[in-house]
Parts: sequence; C-alpha cells; structure tokens
Amino acid sequence: MTALRVFFIGGRISYRALFNWLHPTMYIPTMLGSPLFQILFFAYLGRAAGVRDDTFFVVGNAVQVCCMSALYGATQTIGNERQFGTLAPLLATPANRAALFLGRALPLIVNGLIVSAFGFVCAWLLLDFDPPASSIPPLALVLVVTVCSTTAFAMGLGAIGMRARDVFFSSNLAYYVMLLVCGVNVPFEELPGWVQSIGRSLPLTHGIEAARQVAAGASLSSVSGLVGAEAAVGAAWGVVAFCLFRLFEAESRRRASLETS
Amino acid sequence: MATLRMLLFSWWFFFRILTESGFFILTSVIQPVLFATMAFELFRLGRGEHTLLYAGLGAAMMGIWSSTLFGSGGQIQYARFRGTLELQVLAPPSYLLVLVPAMLATSALGLYSLVATLGWGWLLFGMPLHLAHPWLFLPAVVCAVIGLGLLGIVMASTFVLWRHANAFSNLLEYPVWLLAGLIVPLSFLPDWARWIAYPLSPYWAAKGVRAAALGGNPLPPMAICLGLGLVYLGIGALTVSNFERLAREKASLALA
Repeated sequence: MTALRVFFIGGRISYRALFNWLHPTMYIPTMLGSPLFQILFFAYLGRAAGVRDDTFFVVGNAVQVCCMSALYGATQTIGNERQFGTLAPLLATPANRAALFLGRALPLIVNGLIVSAFGFVCAWLLLDFDPPASSIPPLALVLVVTVCSTTAFAMGLGAIGMRARDVFFSSNLAYYVMLLVCGVNVPFEELPGWVQSIGRSLPLTHGIEAARQVAAGASLSSVSGLVGAEAAVGAAWGVVAFCLFRLFEAESRRRASLETS
Repeated sequence: MATLRMLLFSWWFFFRILTESGFFILTSVIQPVLFATMAFELFRLGRGEHTLLYAGLGAAMMGIWSSTLFGSGGQIQYARFRGTLELQVLAPPSYLLVLVPAMLATSALGLYSLVATLGWGWLLFGMPLHLAHPWLFLPAVVCAVIGLGLLGIVMASTFVLWRHANAFSNLLEYPVWLLAGLIVPLSFLPDWARWIAYPLSPYWAAKGVRAAALGGNPLPPMAICLGLGLVYLGIGALTVSNFERLAREKASLALA
C-alpha cells in the first residue's frame, strides 16, 4: 500500500512541482503548440521536397512528439530534484525505489499520449491525413507501447542526471537525434546501415513503422512483430534505466557526491 | 566613440558567454546539422527542384533564428537569474544600448550554423559551394544577423513581461521556420501565410542570403531586412522603456 502511494501520489506531486506544466500558459505552447507546428513543418517540408505523402510525416512526427514529454520530463524529474536540493532527502527515505522511479514515469506516459493524440487530431483537421476508422484502436495500442518504451529510455537519461551536470543538453540532443535516426522524417530504409543499427536499438523506430502500416490499413496482427520489438526495446531500456538509477544512487552514497558531481 | 566601444565590447562579451553554453552550441551547431541532414536526404530523395545548397542555407537560417529566439527570449531572464539585471538597467548607458549588442550576439552565434551546415553538406553530401554573388554573400549574412538581432530586442523586451517566456520561445521556433519560408518555399503555403512572412525579417534575410548564393538580386531583400531592423529597433525602444517603467513602478525588476 505504501509503495502504491509512493507510486501514484509521489509521481503526481513530482510532476506538478517540478514541471509546472499544468499551468495552461506553460503547457499549451510547449506541449501542444510546439508539437503541432513540428508536424506541420515536416509535412510541408515533405511536400516541398516531393517525398512521400502527408500521412508519412504526420504519423512519424505525431508519434515522435511523445518524446517531448518523456525526454524533457524525465530528465527534469531527476535533474530538478538535484538542482532544488530535494534529491538527497528523497533518497534518504526508505521508499520503495521501483515505486519511486516508476511513479515518476507514469505522468510522463499519460502526457505523452495526450500530446501525440492531439497531434494526430490536429493533423487530421489540417492536413491530408485521413486514416480509416478501423485503424484507430490498433493505432492507439501502438502509440501506448511506443510512449511507454520512449519513457523507459528517457528515464535512463534522467538517471544520468544524478551524475551529469547538464541533463538538458542530453535530452535536447536525444530528441533531435531520434528525429533523424528513427525514421521519423527520412524513410528508415534510406538511412545508412550504421544509422539504422542505432535506430533499431532506440525506441520509436519500430513503433513508428508499425503505426505507419496500421494507418495504411494493416491489421494489428500483421504488425505484432514490430509492436513486440518496440516493447522489447522499451523493456530493455527500462531495465537499463532502473539499474543506472540504483547504481548512481549507490555511488552517490559511497562517494558523498550526490550534490557535488 | 565611447558608445561604439561599449557596443563592440558588449557584443563580444555576450558572444563569449553564449559560446560557453552547451544549450546554445546545441542550438546553433548540432541541431542545424541534424536538420540539414534531414533536409539533404529529403531533397535528394524527392522530386523537388531545389538543390542541396538551398537546403543547407535553409537549415543555416533556421539555426540563426533558433539562437536568436532562445537567446532573446531568455536574455533578460538569464541576467535576472545571474543577478546582473539591476546593474545593466542602472548603468549610465540606456538599457536599449545594452540589449542591442546582446541580441546581435545571439543572432551572430547563428553564424556557427551557417559554417556547420555548409561544411557538413560539402563534406558528407558533396554539396557544391559555388556562390552566384560571392562578394555579396557575406554582406547578405551580416544583414541577416542584424535584421534578426534587432527583432530579438522586440522579443526580449516583450517576453520578459510574461512569466512563462521560455514557453513562448518554444512555441515560435517551428512557425517562423515555416512561415518565413526558410526552407519550405512560401508557394507551398496558403496565400494568407505570405502576409505573415512579409513583416518578418527572417523571410527577407533568407531571401537575401539565398539570392547571393543561388542567383538573383540580393540587394532589395537585404535593404528590406535592414529597414525592418530599424523598425524593430524603434518598437524595441518603446517596449524597453515600457519594461523599465513597469519595473520601477512595481519594483519588480528582480522578480519573475
């Protein structure tokens, strides 16, 4: 019961206190406005370049914008705790670490889903994007899996924030690199082999491919391999993230470097 | 002479501060290179008629806009955070004269974008660097830096009145990339979008730089870019004095 309280209430307070995103003047421009314009920008860039159709860019970017919540949120969750001096008292508590860690991921997942769903709806209204109604449930499922795997990866970056000084640099860098290597805008098969290898080891890549096929009318069973791969990549990153979190926590205790490194 | 020395020294000072920031290096070098790579790939794969140099210049202008946007949006907030805002406002020169070199420094940082994207395109994508008007290319870039930097003064002095100014900066990056035709020609956008582009210096700056590199007459867009810069300077003088007045009346200079 205590672990559940840490998971839900701790995660909610962390989200509200650290992000301040629940204030409309912050949330709407950052979490809704910016992703919307990203989708529009790449859709028009695709038209100008004469590559693929709007659907290709809408699906790629609408799925990718969940990173905005996951990456920036996760790094700020831990980075800001350290900056504001609350990380040491938090780690001094006997709270269940898995609940503590996962509780901070849950609001990011929910927010990522909202951001991506908003992107899809706006693209449907403003661009040449009209997926069949039957594709919406499987698309939603693919989106949930992809947002979870992206958040797991982001929590890994957040854990690095326990040691690194400038976590915002890494989250920004990861955001833009994923835009390139995960096949968001450039067709994945056109990327060089070594870039594809990086892309396959990151979340988003398989999820975006699955979402594109589903939006084109494919059934969920036909993309189950891609969805499974996305889930597996996410699970692997989740394990890495939690191990990093525990490792850096232990190292910080041993070296008394939590607030100095 | 003393004013000119102050402007030059301040510009160099702010430029050095920005180059120490990982975020601005990301914005002005890494991000434009990544966007340029996407643009190069898309233009290479596509049926569009635009060249790699067109894509490279567009990505560079996007980088100049990003560094101006985030630099100007955060300039007063950064000074407030460091505790130097009161000193800047109380210094004998007008606060406008402090802001001008700071804003020009943020847009000048975007020159890294230009070098990075053109160098990247030349090295990795075999982008030809033949310039149609080589002697006008650098002046066109300088006009772009001035035009965007002076737009930064308007943004800096208005964003500061809003507590969540950084959210506004986040919002404005993609729309200006798109509506100013930095990489997507305006002909692909709805007609009404052109009326938004015309009063924006980034549109004329990109037009001038592109004409100097790819062909056409770069002088008219360069002149319009500088003219708009003067208009922004006039608006900036008003908004800065308004900011100073409000800060003195409400004693809110050090507060967000």
